[in-house]
Amino acid sequence: MSLIRTSRPSRTSSPSRKRRVEPVFYAFLLPTVLAFTLAITVPALMGITLSFTDSVGFGEFKFIGLTNYIAAFSDPAILKAYGFTIGFALVTVVLVNVVSFFLALGLTEKIRAKVALRAVFVLPMVISGIVIAYVFNFLFSNSLPDFATAIGLKPLETSMLANPDLAWLALVLVTAWQAVPATLLIYIAGILSIPADVYEAAALDGATAWRKLASITIPLAAGYIVINVIMGFKGFMNAYDVIVGLTGGGPGTSTTSVAMSIFNGFGSGDYSYQMANATIFFLIAIVIALLQLRATHGKTTF
Amino acid sequence: MSIQTLRKPSTTARPIGRGTSSRPRRNRTQFTRWALTIVLALCSLTVLVPLYVTVCMAFKTTGQAVDGNAFSLPGPWSLDGFVQAWTLTNFPRSFAVSVGVAALSVAGTIILSALAAFAISRNWDRRLFRYSFFYLLAAMFLPFPVVALSQVSLSGMVHLDNPIGVAILHIMFQLSFSVMLFTAFLRSIPTELEESARIDGASTGQVFWRLIFPLLAPMSATVGIFAFLASWNDYMMPALIVSNPALQTLPVLQQMFQTQFSNNYNVSFASYLMAMAPSIIVYLFAQRWVMSGLTQGAIK
Repeated sequence: MSLIRTSRPSRTSSPSRKRRVEPVFYAFLLPTVLAFTLAITVPALMGITLSFTDSVGFGEFKFIGLTNYIAAFSDPAILKAYGFTIGFALVTVVLVNVVSFFLALGLTEKIRAKVALRAVFVLPMVISGIVIAYVFNFLFSNSLPDFATAIGLKPLETSMLANPDLAWLALVLVTAWQAVPATLLIYIAGILSIPADVYEAAALDGATAWRKLASITIPLAAGYIVINVIMGFKGFMNAYDVIVGLTGGGPGTSTTSVAMSIFNGFGSGDYSYQMANATIFFLIAIVIALLQLRATHGKTTF
Repeated sequence: MSIQTLRKPSTTARPIGRGTSSRPRRNRTQFTRWALTIVLALCSLTVLVPLYVTVCMAFKTTGQAVDGNAFSLPGPWSLDGFVQAWTLTNFPRSFAVSVGVAALSVAGTIILSALAAFAISRNWDRRLFRYSFFYLLAAMFLPFPVVALSQVSLSGMVHLDNPIGVAILHIMFQLSFSVMLFTAFLRSIPTELEESARIDGASTGQVFWRLIFPLLAPMSATVGIFAFLASWNDYMMPALIVSNPALQTLPVLQQMFQTQFSNNYNVSFASYLMAMAPSIIVYLFAQRWVMSGLTQGAIK
């Protein structure tokens, strides 16, 4: 919205009467843009270029066209990593948004100790992912099995992290633990932005709490839901720290994410092959970004 | 006066109308208020219990730490874990490295993005500045794994495979979000202020440092805190970029407890606690800006 507003003067002012830009403004901006180009754009272009070669990360290489891409699309390990990552991101995004939304509803009601409760719920956001993953690693591999044995819950008597069918669930829980605060804060802001008189009118009409939720809160917070879902999905696709701290991608390769498979390419010699993987990953990120732009544009116009 | 007389009947009418039913309804709202508070407090245990376990484990003796019960209070309270963790992670040095990286990253992010945002917002009619804004913003959509491997080889080539290189990359990845926040904020500052300063003979540089930068202070606090959290808690980048293990940051060093000293739980948890504590302390002092920054970022 702000972008549209500020781009308008440029259209109205005639191009022939352009004022002179003070040189100092170039000095303010261009060094940063240059550093950004060297640190981010150049590596990105380098990676994309190398994905069409047989480079091992150093030394000579030759261009081999789309060979790496064709190989990547028929590599069960990479396909499995994509399957796992997308599935993981979807489950986590649903869990995080449902939990955050209900917490936000509670935290915007009239409750006791509101400030303290909000502060506690936001706390996970400031803790390092890898460190808290190590803490949960201990809980999942020691405390939880002891507890399960005590109450006779068979499937959890061995560590969840060593169980190929359950390890992903541990990752979802810890990732959600860390991701809820950011989502929650956005929902709180969204719910608080709904004018109180809408609720008052509904109360006069005798609407129940559920009816208010379904007919007022959710529709009016829809824009925030879209932002949270897309931003969350984008973030969870990059999952790395928590996986390193909990399962290391195992057992076997059952929890190896795309980010992890790309990083593993660094040591194992298939550098250019993993760069092709990274480029595919980038294309997926661009698709998500375009979805986000469309979604947020839709939100600002209504 | 007339408004008061108009209002008076309604304000007096309300209590009368409610009179008979107000007591039970008030009790009910009191009840739901308390019930909701209790439910939320129970939910908050999911956050507090892992932290409680961390603190308890950190203060146990090695003997008590391996006995299995993670939830028991330390008895006796022991500082052995901290003493050992301190030497194992070479805490003074690794702490200094982490603080250095975070400080450089915070200062660099605030100054570079404030300058860039100032230039962009005051020259929005020029294509170069407008496109630069979108160019910097585009990095928000770039996943780090995509550029990581090339950055590792490039930083090695230019001898930045050290904490300084990590800080530079942290700044670069933080630019999008920060320039966006600053630009949005600068648009809300009327240009009349600057114009009057210019009439008084101030140069653009002076306008920025004396007028704009102080005005940006609340936004700088938000930008700075997010830069600090991103930098302090980062694992991926230092793990990949820093080639000399002696110059590694605190979070990355914690991986040593997964292998070598895996049974001295009190030592590892003491070390985790020392790695977590600084960001928790910063958060406790700066909550306001953490909360406002995130929502501003989402709405803009």
